Amino acid sequence: MKLSIALFGITREIVGQPQLELTVPEGQSVQQLLAGLQQTYPALGELRSLAVAVNNEYAQPDAPLHERDEIALIPPVSGG
Amino acid sequence: MLIELTDQPIHVAAVLDAVQADGAGAVNSFIGTIRNRSTGRRVVRLHYEAYDQMAVHQLRKVAEQAMERWPMLQKVAVVHRKGTLEIGDVAVVVAVSTPHRAESFAACQYIIDTLKEVVPIWKKEEYEDGTVWVAAHP
Repeated sequence: MKLSIALFGITREIVGQPQLELTVPEGQSVQQLLAGLQQTYPALGELRSLAVAVNNEYAQPDAPLHERDEIALIPPVSGG
Repeated sequence: MLIELTDQPIHVAAVLDAVQADGAGAVNSFIGTIRNRSTGRRVVRLHYEAYDQMAVHQLRKVAEQAMERWPMLQKVAVVHRKGTLEIGDVAVVVAVSTPHRAESFAACQYIIDTLKEVVPIWKKEEYEDGTVWVAAHP
């Protein structure tokens, strides 16, 4: 399945673009997605934390991803 | 409930007006502003970036959680800035109204503390000799 992943802040700078298009096996979990991305972009693994948002909510590591999900990487937030 | 993410200057008085309620004996607010120093370095300006859609959704959830926790809350307003901000600019305003003052302090603090933990907004500090994404690394 094809996933589109939105990138913000430091993750956008690490990857070098605001959006990633990936083809991954059907039913891939949040954790598997993160592991794959950290292998391709080791600097992602050096962040204090890295969460995944699915449809505007923080996703659990074992949550399965779907092709039409709105997915984003969430590096440590620093609003306020 | 007023929830807003804006690239325009925040008018603090307008945010306070938004929580005015006849049942309120207290209005409490937190105003976050841009400081000129961070961990000993001189900050020139700050760049805020947001995942707009999720940020507004999460801001709304934080405000709703506060209203569940303090059912006497009359009104809540949260306005957060994005884009480039200069020293002294207002980055965020949280305002709440309640019948009595004690809950207004507690609810206002809960909202700003939780916002800083969960709302997908990021700031990059600009110094005279470089930039750093705040809190990104251990």
